[in-house]
Amino acid sequence: MSRLNEANVELAQEIIARYPRRKSALIPLLHVAQEQNGYVTTAAMEHLAELVGITPAEVLGTASFYEMFKFEPQGKYMVNICTNISCQLLGGEELLHHAEKTLGIRPGGTTDDGLFTLEDVECMAACTEAPCLQVNYRHEYRLDHDDFDTLISELRSGSRPDIPDHGTLGLVRQHIPDGRMAGIDSPEKTGSPEWFTARSSN
Amino acid sequence: MATNTYVPHAAGYVDNEGVKIVSSRFQYEDSYTLERSLSTGGYEGMKKTLRMQPAEVAAVVKDAVLLGRGGAGFPAGVKWGFMPPVWPRYLVVNGDESEPGTYKDRLLMERDPHQLIEGCIIACFALGLNTCFLYVRGEMPVAQERIAEALNDAYAAGLVGKNIDGTDVSIDIVLHWGAGAYIVGEETALIESLEGNRGMPRLKPPFFPAAKGLYMKPTIVNNVETLANLPWIITNGAANFKEYGSEKSPGTRLLAISGHVKRPGVYEVEQGRVSFRELFYGHNFCGGIKDDNDLKMFIPGGGSAPWFFEEQLDLLLEAGDVGPAGSMLGSGAIVVMDHTTDAVKACLRVVRFFARESCGKCTPCREGTSWEEKILQRILDGHGRPEDIDLLLEVGANISPSPYPVAAAPESGLEAVPFPPKQTTICPLGPSSVAPITSAIRRFRPEFEAKIAAVSPVGAGA
Amino acid sequence: MTATENPESASPETNPGVPFTLNGVEFHANDGELLIDAAKRHGVHIPHFCYHPRMTPVGMCRMCLVEVDTGRGAGLQPSCMLPVTPNMKVNTESEPTTKAQDGVLELLLINHPLDCPVCDKGGECPLQDNAYAFGPGESRFVEEKRHYEKPIPISDLVYLDRERCILCDRCTRFASEVAGDPLIHFIGRGAQTEVNTFPEHEFSSYFSGNTVQICPVGALTAKPYRFAARPWDLSETESTSMVDSTGARVALHSSQDRLVRIQGVDSDATNWGWLSDKERFIYEATDSPERLTEPLVRDGSGDAVPTRWNNAVKQVVEALARPSDPRRIGVIGGARLTLESQYAWAKLLKGLGAVDNIDAQLGDGLPAELVLGLPKATIDSACQPGGVVVLLGPDLKEELPTLYLRLRHAIQFDGVSLVEISPRVTSFGDTVAARLNPLPGATGQIAKALADGMVGTSIGRSSAEELSAAHKLLISDRPVTVILGRGNLAESTDIIASAVASLRRANPNAKFLTALRRGNVHGALEMGLTPGYLPGAQPLSAAVDGWDMAPRSRGLDTAGILKSAVNGTLDTLVLLGADPLTDFPDSKLAAAAFERVGTVISVDTFMTASTGRADVVLPAAMFGEVDGTFLNLEGRISPVQAKVTSPGQTRADWMIAAEVAAAAGGDLGFTTLAELRSDIAANVPGFSDVHWDRTGHGADGPVITGIRSWEPTLTETAPIPPADDYGLRLVVDRKLWDNGTMTLAAASLKGQVGDAVMSVSPADLARLRIPSGNEASVAVGGGDARTVVVMSDPRVPVGAAHVPFHLNGVDASDFLVTGQPVIDIRIQAL
Ligand SMILES: Cc1cc2nc3c(=O)[nH]c(=O)nc-3n(C[C@H](O)[C@H](O)[C@H](O)COP(=O)(O)O)c2cc1C
Ligand code: SF4
Ligand code: FES
Repeated sequence: MSRLNEANVELAQEIIARYPRRKSALIPLLHVAQEQNGYVTTAAMEHLAELVGITPAEVLGTASFYEMFKFEPQGKYMVNICTNISCQLLGGEELLHHAEKTLGIRPGGTTDDGLFTLEDVECMAACTEAPCLQVNYRHEYRLDHDDFDTLISELRSGSRPDIPDHGTLGLVRQHIPDGRMAGIDSPEKTGSPEWFTARSSN
Repeated sequence: MATNTYVPHAAGYVDNEGVKIVSSRFQYEDSYTLERSLSTGGYEGMKKTLRMQPAEVAAVVKDAVLLGRGGAGFPAGVKWGFMPPVWPRYLVVNGDESEPGTYKDRLLMERDPHQLIEGCIIACFALGLNTCFLYVRGEMPVAQERIAEALNDAYAAGLVGKNIDGTDVSIDIVLHWGAGAYIVGEETALIESLEGNRGMPRLKPPFFPAAKGLYMKPTIVNNVETLANLPWIITNGAANFKEYGSEKSPGTRLLAISGHVKRPGVYEVEQGRVSFRELFYGHNFCGGIKDDNDLKMFIPGGGSAPWFFEEQLDLLLEAGDVGPAGSMLGSGAIVVMDHTTDAVKACLRVVRFFARESCGKCTPCREGTSWEEKILQRILDGHGRPEDIDLLLEVGANISPSPYPVAAAPESGLEAVPFPPKQTTICPLGPSSVAPITSAIRRFRPEFEAKIAAVSPVGAGA
Repeated sequence: MTATENPESASPETNPGVPFTLNGVEFHANDGELLIDAAKRHGVHIPHFCYHPRMTPVGMCRMCLVEVDTGRGAGLQPSCMLPVTPNMKVNTESEPTTKAQDGVLELLLINHPLDCPVCDKGGECPLQDNAYAFGPGESRFVEEKRHYEKPIPISDLVYLDRERCILCDRCTRFASEVAGDPLIHFIGRGAQTEVNTFPEHEFSSYFSGNTVQICPVGALTAKPYRFAARPWDLSETESTSMVDSTGARVALHSSQDRLVRIQGVDSDATNWGWLSDKERFIYEATDSPERLTEPLVRDGSGDAVPTRWNNAVKQVVEALARPSDPRRIGVIGGARLTLESQYAWAKLLKGLGAVDNIDAQLGDGLPAELVLGLPKATIDSACQPGGVVVLLGPDLKEELPTLYLRLRHAIQFDGVSLVEISPRVTSFGDTVAARLNPLPGATGQIAKALADGMVGTSIGRSSAEELSAAHKLLISDRPVTVILGRGNLAESTDIIASAVASLRRANPNAKFLTALRRGNVHGALEMGLTPGYLPGAQPLSAAVDGWDMAPRSRGLDTAGILKSAVNGTLDTLVLLGADPLTDFPDSKLAAAAFERVGTVISVDTFMTASTGRADVVLPAAMFGEVDGTFLNLEGRISPVQAKVTSPGQTRADWMIAAEVAAAAGGDLGFTTLAELRSDIAANVPGFSDVHWDRTGHGADGPVITGIRSWEPTLTETAPIPPADDYGLRLVVDRKLWDNGTMTLAAASLKGQVGDAVMSVSPADLARLRIPSGNEASVAVGGGDARTVVVMSDPRVPVGAAHVPFHLNGVDASDFLVTGQPVIDIRIQAL
């Protein structure tokens, strides 16, 4: 179960075609798999191994290096609270403790209703807006504890349509229109681009 | 022009007085659209480039002394010159911004993706290559969306891809994105990651990307902000660029100033002309320490940088001055800490970051950073032992042989040890974990001792 | 004429190398030599964990850091990744160096369980050694160590204890870079990194045991060796593996007179330290309860009962004397024997008995003419940078796994181009430069096309591009080696000989390696255990001192011997470690022969199907129990050494031959191994100046080259057109793990033998409308149909059907018929 579905296989092929070597597409494809199931399943990794021509162990070796990939079901909303230095200075840890109490879970845990997974994370490039957090990697800035509670109730009540389910990253994908691609250089190719040769000689 | 106001989307940018080289469109709500870009001079630099010879473009960039904005501050033009005459070659854009305190590349990607795309084309043209990968940090879906949309629009408009702007020049830009790993910001790890591997750095030498990079082919890795400067430089020329900033460090930098200041934010600041004091206290910048508290210390260049103190406040934002003073400007991330800050706790938090983010390749970093974290945690948890302070320094010295760079401490008669640190590791991540330890212990040893003395001498449980 | 030659004798060094200073002393390094290696050559050991000289350095353990000054001030550099540059100053003893090394060691130990007393590696562990030599003594680490579930099996043969692992990347690098089986990997990140397999996917690699050998700590352990001995109880002897004809160098380890371990020895010429799991773990068979330990004779009621040696020998003498004509005696086997034993038996049978029906190959080999007569390559010459290798034969990974590793390395790292002319896609996969997978019967035609340059159009499934790429490589001025073997038991050797004829015509400079599977088969042929030759590839007409009764006419090969038994023209069958009933491809013929033959004599180490049918059984000592010599596929001489006492009443094969000779009133002319060797040296061309212990031949032993006064006669034959459109050409080949006697006798290995299925190309299976994995009906010619499982496999060419030989499941010998050039089968849906 949980290999990539047909639409995602097609998407995977489109992504693979943009790389000189298939394996380069692995991380984007793992995101596709995670988007499909909310986490990266064993079967999906086996499927990706076939798609890019490596072993499942190699897929797992890469996937397990990156903390965004999860290998077990996650909450619908992944709440990542930054406690790194800039946020720590302005109450990031207190915010995390508040979240633990409010949600009744520890970092890494998921609420019983499957709605929230809490994480204690590193700097998320919003340091001037501390303390901050991300819900499914969408930023929320300068939260006090009330703001946090409001956010949670909005998410519970479904009034945050701007935040897609866990696993979904960018809602817009790159698609190169037919005939517009210059042609990705394979490492086996030799010689400089024609335009470069032409322009460098005169 | 609006000043001192926040623009609501992608928060943080402070539109103050001063020259705008990379943030000129940040003020607009629709700054990320192709229409806004085109109506405000977007792609003009690229069009001008396409009428030049590649070598001419490279010469302008070299002449402009565009220092890399990713951390190391190496001149882009010089780095480009290291590429051997071997093809294929690749450009990889480093948009993995993850250094603690750093917040600028995300703004550049979310707010003005077309500027970056234009910069990429200019660089590709100058380097004579036609395949560019734009690697965006995994945890930045909005940046990914904005770049994807911008690329889709630019491809459709003939500004990227086959026969750019009707010329014979064809260049592809592929949006790639990561999945959460700070180390992947290091350029060789970035390349490994782009090859679909675990992001573990390669040893330099022999794997200098300019010669042996992506797929072992010549590869230039440049930071987002570095490339975002190119449209302006080409449009306005190197001479105009050098009008701003200092002679050694022309142009501006986007600085994220966070922590205990009244008005934290991202500011575009001329290099070498402004002091830290002015940044923290000046009205055009942060307007003072939060609650008018006293400054205790500050990190001048991201979590990897050794800490500075009051004595360093009057240093200018000039890499050439900051290095000998014992730290670095790094990635344009300044974290200000006031007198309420617990030095041990702050130290632990930065060390914990490196322990969590170590890739695990080199023994000293893999084992050493987590040991450092454990010792510090134990001290904070009330199980410290007197010998732990020296142990921390010695474990640190196993990762970065002493003396470690630190700022001068005039009151104790100690001189600065200049940057960079030595290392027993492949890359500087592990040695960076020693920065907070050396900085904090050297300056605030009594705080450590107090924490240790305050507890039962039982030692650790294990 | 043959001669010994030492191809490794280095050309005199004209270039003194790269000058550098090591701890104040001036030395010279070789061009490009890594500092760690250069230091070692000059007697300075730099401690290290991740570095392994046969793998790409990764520089990650940081143990080998030393202070290096290249003119810009001294700094710490990993010596495992640093080539020596002119005038580099290196200090391996300075304070910064030792401090860095102490630091790394301390950090490696903080999470390492100190369970050395119960660790297999204890006593021979670099971590333990370095900790004693450089370590701080007492740990300053008071926190909790990393914990993992104690040893987990990652395959049938290997356990992994992650707590002991120091993450050196050796095992994982070996798996992906050397073996090409990346089934173990680093998982997780930072201090949480572990080595592991993908869930539910075993580390099933033919080479898994190498990871145990190269693991610098006791994290990887071999199941067969676990707790078998402590290193200080072990004694060690170097020897040569007799598992296949590569002749990998090994070290035999014993404890209390039992073999407990085999490790690879790094021989430049052959295996580079690597072994297949078969070579590594086969020693378990020596201890098997199936060993024959006393002579047996068949009594009146037909049971084999123990007897005394002299009675058994007497019966052998009678059985050999009984036939009216030496042509009524047949001898099969001999590849298991040492060179000395082969000579002794050849002299007994041929020299004193005029028997020429002797064949060490069991229908799965190559004509002796090719093996003895083609100009030989060495493994090194085949793998030399920039060379071209034409593989006219089987999947080397299945047949000669250590040779496969050498060639794989040559392709990956040294720019060797491989032209594959195999009956199906081999394990070299996409690394080949040109792939031609001719249908059986068309092999000769493809080779002829390559020779003639008729490569403009496709032939069968081989495209014009592949053909012309292959042609260019074959005739290029790069060194060309043809690796020749039996890729298909269902294709006659005439076809291979024909292909060789074309290839030689195309490139007269090409050299050859005969990739035969059976251990010392090259020794057997060289010593005359093959019809038509006396030792040293001399014709039967040659006069050899002491071989007074040598046969006058060429005898029969195994198929001929079995047929004449069926015809009633054979009285006595001698088996020298051979089991034709299960090992000869056409088992029906073998069974019929055993039905009809008079007396069967078996000299063997195990009770096999054939031995079970013998009238007299003489128990022989085996590998690990005898001293002797091995001749590998290059013609390289390597000593085989006894490590343990042979059990019961077993004896060395050559002693058995001498005893039989004496009992028959004859005299072989030697009673000691030394005398036997002198006899060989005196009488076998090429061996006159061999030092049997290899002294004087460099580290890798002498090579007996195949420079003969004669050339093999080779004729190019016409292709064999398919019988009809519905038939599929049969391809039968060997896998590493099969139901061979030794494999089954080794407790840990017998489980490795898989089930055979018949595989067919996806296109053919679709055409036949048989879903992959279903049963189908298969028949040869007008014979009986069998029901077998048929799988789809893209590695099988269209028009062919593949079955591996001698596994469980589908029995390939059901379809093999002796004497046919190719075999067409018909598959039908049930
Ligand atoms: C541990 C580590 C993390 C890094 N992270 C980043 C990063 O997130 N973004 C970046 O642009 N450069 C980062 N760098 C620097 C890059 O290695 C490289 O120097 C830079 O991308 C080059 O671009 P530039 O020359 O344009 O500055 C990092 C370096 C190290 C050692
Ligand atoms: S298991 Fe052994 S060989 Fe493999 S990484 Fe760990 S220590 Fe190295
Ligand atoms: S042996 Fe050189 S780093 Fe491990």
